[in-house]
Order: sequence, then structure tokens, then C-alpha cells
Amino acid sequence: MPVIESSLVVLRSRAAHAARDWNGDTLLLRGLQFVAIVILAVVGFFFIQLLVASLPVFTKMGVIGFIFENNWDVAHAVFGALPLVVGTGITSIIALIIGVPVAVAAALYITELAPARMRGVLALLLDLLAAIPSVIYGLWGVFILIPALKPIEEWVGATYHYVPFIGGSVTGPNYFIAGLILAIMIVPIVSAISREVLTTVPWSEKEAALALGATRWEMIKLAILPHARPGIVSASMLGLGRAIGETIAVTLVIGNAAVIGDSLFSQGYTLAAVIANEFGEASVGSTHASALIAAGLVLFVMTLIVNGAARIVVLRHTHTHSGPVEDRVVA
Amino acid sequence: MSVFGVVSAKRRWTGRILQGLLMAGLITALVPLVLVLIYVTVRGLPALNLDFFMTDPTGAFFGDQGGIRSAILGTLEIVGLSTLIAVPIGIALAVYLNEISRQSQMALIIRYCIDVMTGIPSIVYGLFVYTVFVVGGIEAGFAAWKGALALSMLMLPIVTRASEVSLAIVPDSLREAALALGAPRWKVIIYVVLPTALPGILTGVLLAIARAAGETAPLLFTVLGAQVTTLALDQQMNALPLQIFNDIRQPNAALVTRAWGGALTLILLILFVTIIARFGARRRRLP
Repeated sequence: MPVIESSLVVLRSRAAHAARDWNGDTLLLRGLQFVAIVILAVVGFFFIQLLVASLPVFTKMGVIGFIFENNWDVAHAVFGALPLVVGTGITSIIALIIGVPVAVAAALYITELAPARMRGVLALLLDLLAAIPSVIYGLWGVFILIPALKPIEEWVGATYHYVPFIGGSVTGPNYFIAGLILAIMIVPIVSAISREVLTTVPWSEKEAALALGATRWEMIKLAILPHARPGIVSASMLGLGRAIGETIAVTLVIGNAAVIGDSLFSQGYTLAAVIANEFGEASVGSTHASALIAAGLVLFVMTLIVNGAARIVVLRHTHTHSGPVEDRVVA
Repeated sequence: MSVFGVVSAKRRWTGRILQGLLMAGLITALVPLVLVLIYVTVRGLPALNLDFFMTDPTGAFFGDQGGIRSAILGTLEIVGLSTLIAVPIGIALAVYLNEISRQSQMALIIRYCIDVMTGIPSIVYGLFVYTVFVVGGIEAGFAAWKGALALSMLMLPIVTRASEVSLAIVPDSLREAALALGAPRWKVIIYVVLPTALPGILTGVLLAIARAAGETAPLLFTVLGAQVTTLALDQQMNALPLQIFNDIRQPNAALVTRAWGGALTLILLILFVTIIARFGARRRRLP
């Protein structure tokens, strides 16, 4: 009897141990699943709320009317966001045209040409560029860059006035300045992702090119660039996504005029800037507030499309590093 | 150039010129960094003194305009709270993705969402919180914790990704050794895997903090701003980026000087955190 009892005790305590351990694992699994589901639900809920909050302006203007009507007139409660969409487009394209070549050149220099001991430092410096807050780029843009570039812009505007979108009067804050600041801001991310892609080019291909007598530039042109092109395209698109959504720096240097400017050097507005700038004036529950939230929704959808396209480019061309190329670019 | 023959002058010069262009690209990329740092230092330094850090902004346009104490403390409070929200959830998600179910449907969906969240502009996070908690039916009014919530959504994907990468490089042999000794999975994760991955996770957390501390847009319509120093997280609060943003737009040289001083303070804070994070990352080597 005592023997049985004691063995039962042992069994029970084993069962209890097993149960506790099993519970620990199950608890962890269920707990983490719960966290995951809550996060998904929260993101979904926020998105739906955004949609609901922008309904008033969509019912008033229509979705197409809101996006494509060229008339943003707060006083008369007319909200056609085309000037903002165009401003976002122009500034982002300027940012890409200036930023991508610089970023890719910097990435190529760091990975292929710089002395090995310098690479870490140079990469760190480029990453620091990403650490500077948007509002500080804006501050610098307003008080340093705009006055410094105004004479140059005026000279270019006067000398090349026959080139489309160049001539005309030059205002201090304008599309070009905003695009330039955006270019500075996307260089670190485009460069970091390009660097990541460049390091995946197999050594054998580089060595093969060099062994055939190629110069270093020819090696870059023949072995590296074809291999890295899809990655660079997708890096540029992620940069574009950043440029589209950038708010504070742009709102400080674009002039915040809700019209489509005549030239590169005229004032404009972007979707993100209008939200930051007019938010204080819009009374709660008004069509104006709804229009600003709808501008945020359009912005959101634009970045979704651009980032999705970037992912498709990567997935289609490279199966080996289809994972998040942005991993190291967290800053 | 080669022992087998001479590279033609044209090819040699093309190479040199294009190498020069690549170098010029790098220099062009670094010029703004140097210029911004120089100007922020030169213009910001004259603003810094003990009073600047010890007094609240008064809101006055003329006369005594005060310093940035409430802005600094507000940034620390808001970012601190958002770190408390984002870090546990971010690490939990990473553990789920890497330790519990790497390839399940659920994991794929979460990974996709994290990817999407990385790309969402920060101002949209502000709008999310605004529509739900500031004007929504659940809660109303501006408050510091709402800004922290917006920032934590911004930090979440950064923390999750950094943690997932750090967990992924923990060798499976460590997990197997612990499991073979009879440890249940949760003990393996808490006592073996997470401590091994800790340096990488910390780097990610610090970078997320650096990113969040500089954000203005998500705070604009969630915490709104304030003058006084407060510890109440359910009140409006000041923050460094907000203070700078408001001061820039004042047509008053003294307030603009305060903006430069605030910018210098913010940049020092962020560069400090970033550099610690980067050096931590460099030291991380698994046995």
C-alpha cells in the first residue's frame, strides 16, 4: 500500500511536471499567437477607421474627383487634391533623379573601390545621414539651403528659360528645393540597400572579369551591374516610397501653395505637407479635416503600391535573397 | 597594368574617370551630412546655456522666451513610453516568427504586415491614432500616450526585424543542446536563445529609439504640444521635434535661434544613441 502510494505520488508529480512544462510551451504559443492576432487586428482596425474618417470628403467630391480635380480651395470647401498629388510626384521624381545616381555611386565606391579599412567608416557616415531628423533637414533647408541656392536658381532660370519647366519667376521655397532635400534624405537608404545587393555578387564572376583582363571599371560594368540591377531598382523604389511619405522637411521648404506650379522653381504642395500644415486650421469633424485624412489615405495607398512593386522586382529576379533586403537599414 | 599586355590608354582613362565619378558620388552624398552638422553646431551653440536647459518655453513672442526643458523631458517621456510598448511586442513577434512557426500561414501574414508597416509614412501613423483616439468614439483629446502609441507603431517593425535577424543567426546546435538536456521550449527560448541574441536585439531597439526621437509628424496631431513640463502622460506634452518645428515657423530671430539650439540638442541625443547602437552591432560576434 505505501509502495503504491509513493509510486502514485511520483507519477502524479511527473504528470504535474509534464503538465507544467507543457503548459509553459502552450502558454507561450497561445500568448504569442494572441499578440500576433491583436497586432493584425489593430492595424486592420486603424486602416478601416482612416477609411471611415475620409468618407465625408469622398461622398462630397467622389474618389476620382478628390484625386484628379485641380482645385484645393479650403475657403469654399472644395477639395480636389490634384495639386498635392502632382507636387508629391514632382518632388519625389526630382529626389530620385538626383539621389539614386549619387547613392549607387557611393555604394559602388564603398563596396568595390574603397580601401578595406575605410569601408566600415564610410558606411557608418552614410548611415548617420539617415539618423538626422526630418525637422532638422527642414531647418537647414529654410535658413541655409534656400538663400544659398536662390541666385543659382535665378541664373539657371534666366539662362535656360527656353527649357520646359525651367523659366519663370523663382520663389525661395519651391519644388526643386524640396526635391533636393528629399534626395539627401533617400540617399542613405538607397545606398545601404544597394550595398547589400552589391555584396551578393559572386566573387567568381568578378574574378572571372578581372582574369580576362578587364579594368576595375569594366569589371563593375560587366560583372557587377547586370547582377545587381534588380536590387538597385528595388532600392530606388523603396527610396521613392520614403520620398512620397516625407512630411516635415518638405512642408518647411515647398511653400505650401495649393496650385500646380509653372516651373521647377515655383511653390507647390504635397499630400504629406498639406496634412501637417493645414491640420491645425481644420475643425474637428469638418469636410476639411476629412479631406486631410483622405490625403493621408491616398498617401498610404501610394506607398503601398510603390513598396509592393519594389518587392515584386526583388522576388522576380532573385530567389536567393528575396528576404527583406532592408534588414540592416533600420535607421 | 597587366603582365600579358598593355591596357589601351582609352580603356585606362575611361576606368580612371569613372572611378573618379564614383568617388565624387560618395563625396556628394557626404557633403550634406557635414554641412548640416556644421551649421547646426555653429548656429546652435550660442543658444546653449544652463537656462536654456532649465526653463520651460514661455510662449512669449517678445521678452523672455524661455528654454527647452519641457521639450527635452517630453521627448524622453514619450519615447520612453513608446519603447515600453514597442519592444516587448516586437520581440514577441520575432520569437513567434523565428522560434514557434517559421513557415506557417500566420507567420507569412505577419511578415507581410511588418514589411508593409516599414513602408507606411510616419504621418499616416499619426493619422491612425488621431482618427481612433483623438477624435474617435473611444477616447478624445490630445495626450502624450497617444503620441507614444503612434511612435511605437513606427518602432515595431524596426524592433521586430532586428530581433528576427538576431534570432535567426543563433545556431540551431544551441537550441538542440538545450532541448536534449530536457528543457521545454519556453525555457530554451528564454534562457538560451534570447540571451544569445540580446546584443543584436539591443542594437535594433536603440536604432528604433533614435528614429522615433526625431519624428515630428506623428506627434503633431496626437500630443499637439505644450509649454510646461509635465509628468502626466494623459495630458498634452511638449517634445523636441515639435518645439523646433514651431520655432522655425516664427518670424522672430530669437525663436529661430532657440530652434537651432533645440536642433543641436536633438542631433546630439540621436547621434549618441545611433553610434552606441552601431558600435554594439560591430562587437556582436557569436562564439
